[in-house]
Amino acid sequence: MIHPHRPLALEIRGLAKRFDRPAVNGLDLAIDAGEFYTLLGPNGAGKTTTLRMVAGLLQPDSGAISVFGIDALAEPVAAKQIMAWLSDEPMIYDKLTPYEYLEFIAGLWGVDAALAEARARDLIAWLGLEAHGHERCEAFSKGMRQKVALAGALVHEPKLIILDEPLTGLDAGSARQVKTVLRERVSAGATVIMTTHILEVAERMADRIGVIADGRLIAQGTLDELRRQAGKGGTSLEDTFLTLVAQEQVTA
Amino acid sequence: MTRSGSLAWFARHELRLSWRDWMHMLTAGDRRRKRSVFIALALFAAFMHLIAYVTVAAYAGAARDPDKLTLVVVTGSALLSWALMLSQAMESVTRAFYARADLDLILSSPVSATRLFAVRIAAMALAIALMGVFLAAPFIDVLALLGGWRWLGAYGVVVAMGVTAAALAVALTVALFRTIGPKRTRLIAQIVAAMIGAAFVIGLQVAAILSYGTLSRFAVLHSATLLKHAPDVGSMLWWPARAALGDGADLVIVSGGSLALLAAAIVIFSPRFGEHAIAAAGVSATVTRQRARGGFRGTSPRRALRRKEWTLLRRDPWLVSQTLMQLLYLLPPALLLWRSFAHGTHSLALLVPVLVMAAGQLAGGLAWLAISGEDAPDLVSSAPVGARDLLRAKIEAVMGGIAIVFAPFALGLALISPTDAVSAVLAIMAAAASATAIQLWFRTQARRSHFRRRQTSSRVATFAEAFSSIAWAATGALAAAGTWFALMPGLFALGTVAFARMISPARA
Repeated sequence: MIHPHRPLALEIRGLAKRFDRPAVNGLDLAIDAGEFYTLLGPNGAGKTTTLRMVAGLLQPDSGAISVFGIDALAEPVAAKQIMAWLSDEPMIYDKLTPYEYLEFIAGLWGVDAALAEARARDLIAWLGLEAHGHERCEAFSKGMRQKVALAGALVHEPKLIILDEPLTGLDAGSARQVKTVLRERVSAGATVIMTTHILEVAERMADRIGVIADGRLIAQGTLDELRRQAGKGGTSLEDTFLTLVAQEQVTA
Repeated sequence: MTRSGSLAWFARHELRLSWRDWMHMLTAGDRRRKRSVFIALALFAAFMHLIAYVTVAAYAGAARDPDKLTLVVVTGSALLSWALMLSQAMESVTRAFYARADLDLILSSPVSATRLFAVRIAAMALAIALMGVFLAAPFIDVLALLGGWRWLGAYGVVVAMGVTAAALAVALTVALFRTIGPKRTRLIAQIVAAMIGAAFVIGLQVAAILSYGTLSRFAVLHSATLLKHAPDVGSMLWWPARAALGDGADLVIVSGGSLALLAAAIVIFSPRFGEHAIAAAGVSATVTRQRARGGFRGTSPRRALRRKEWTLLRRDPWLVSQTLMQLLYLLPPALLLWRSFAHGTHSLALLVPVLVMAAGQLAGGLAWLAISGEDAPDLVSSAPVGARDLLRAKIEAVMGGIAIVFAPFALGLALISPTDAVSAVLAIMAAAASATAIQLWFRTQARRSHFRRRQTSSRVATFAEAFSSIAWAATGALAAAGTWFALMPGLFALGTVAFARMISPARA
């Protein structure tokens, strides 16, 4: 549920993007500041395309995107200044060390050097990477690479953190660390939007869950609200999700 | 049907992969282009035959019983090509060790890996030999058409050269593996390969500079001193040259010898190839610690990007082999410069095109790495930096690298001949800017590790880059010679760049 007194972290209106077929089809979405929002949907539903447009990585065909009141299509640099994007494929450089990587990102986002260094140390310690801070990332495991990328997404303290399947391929320990860090960020006032295929994560972590199918938002709300919408009180998110998607397919 | 796991089965598998690889290289993955690619290849072959006619037609009547001078020139030219083949083969062998591709699958399967590696060594030899044949074909065809079928024996010599180079490359690389270990072999093998490729040319040029004050490598091959010290015409050293000139008996010996060498390399080294490949696989898991610097440096986004590009260029393991040879080729010009300075010579116009060509090629490679070979494109695109600023920073990184390499030459030239220096600097800047612009317009998204295959993404970009570098080199040379004819290649270079811009995807 949207709180009228809270500012909107993200507002999307009539967003559309077409490749060979419509990938996002007139999507409307509003997310409160300080909210942990999870986006669910079957493969090819348009989740990643939507988030890539929000992050400024893809130009929409039509529609409007507003990030904390900034028109992200008219002022992309200003919008990017307060956002971070993290995909399932860690965006790091094999030949840089975590500290060099974080220094580079701090440079890109124009963060003061001393402040960035202090944050980098905290993040590296927080993610359990102290012993590897000065090693090149080329020998890192998938989990370590994802942690370095997450540190990069957080070093400039974004107000809106967008994550596309951040837990894919992580072991249980690493996944828990990432989830803890994200939850703490939300507690500190940041907004998180995350896509995931792990329904348990959405169930446990999200304040609200949105379900996308065929490029449109077909349902959203808390888990209880979604259950009511699906007419399946008391069942798991998996049942609820599958029912909602099936209902949408019948309607379509 | 071949039995699975047999030599023939592996050979069929390798041939199929190689064929598809080649087709992908030629068509850049677009099967619809096949016809236009074959038409372009036919036109290119016709053009090369024309060039060959102009270059070698006069030698078609060379006697079957050649004199010592002919043998020296033919052998010297063959050695130049062979050194390049050996260099190429060493790079292929090194890549076969370090590129994982399907090795994990093969090594974990219950078939004999020795057979696969035997086939792979043979495939490498075949690839090197075919490349040699492809490049030599126009010259051999012209000689055969004008001088008789005996010249076709030269094809056999080219194949023998390729096969010998591959066999020796396997032996050299395995020797490096055993002596210095897998971690250092990757870097050292590239350096050795580059040095081997350049050594013979550089050696001849250095001798020519010191003896005759010229860069021409043929000055040494034609020299009386060399002829005096060369072995008699009956020596076995001249067998390959004699075979190329149509001596059937020598052709049989040369071909047989090279095949025996390859067979020996396969028998001796293929059983150990798997072990070395496994050892090489462990290298990527080896931890490389960087020395911690004293704190973060405050910087602007553009400077951060430039610094990142330079750091990655410095640490790129494959870049060495791609640029070292170009840099090594700059040694003779540097020597000529130094010698001219010492002797008070002021005519250095012949240096200018060498420097300009090298600058164009180097800039093209660096620009591809910085612009197309961005390993974290989403990260950079999601940063609060305008797209124009991002590209500007990357272009500055490339041009900065070119400035670092060529500034000493420009300074040296300026001390001896300011006019030549001005011509060189302007042409270097134009060649580097043209190559960078072409890479910018034809940019694709690729991994840095695909650097070696950068030419495959766009043939047009590759040719445009080469033609503009050649044209700027001619412009620089003619400008240094003080003639207004410099305008002609200059206009051609600008036309090439404009044409590339017109048909580039960036424009579309």
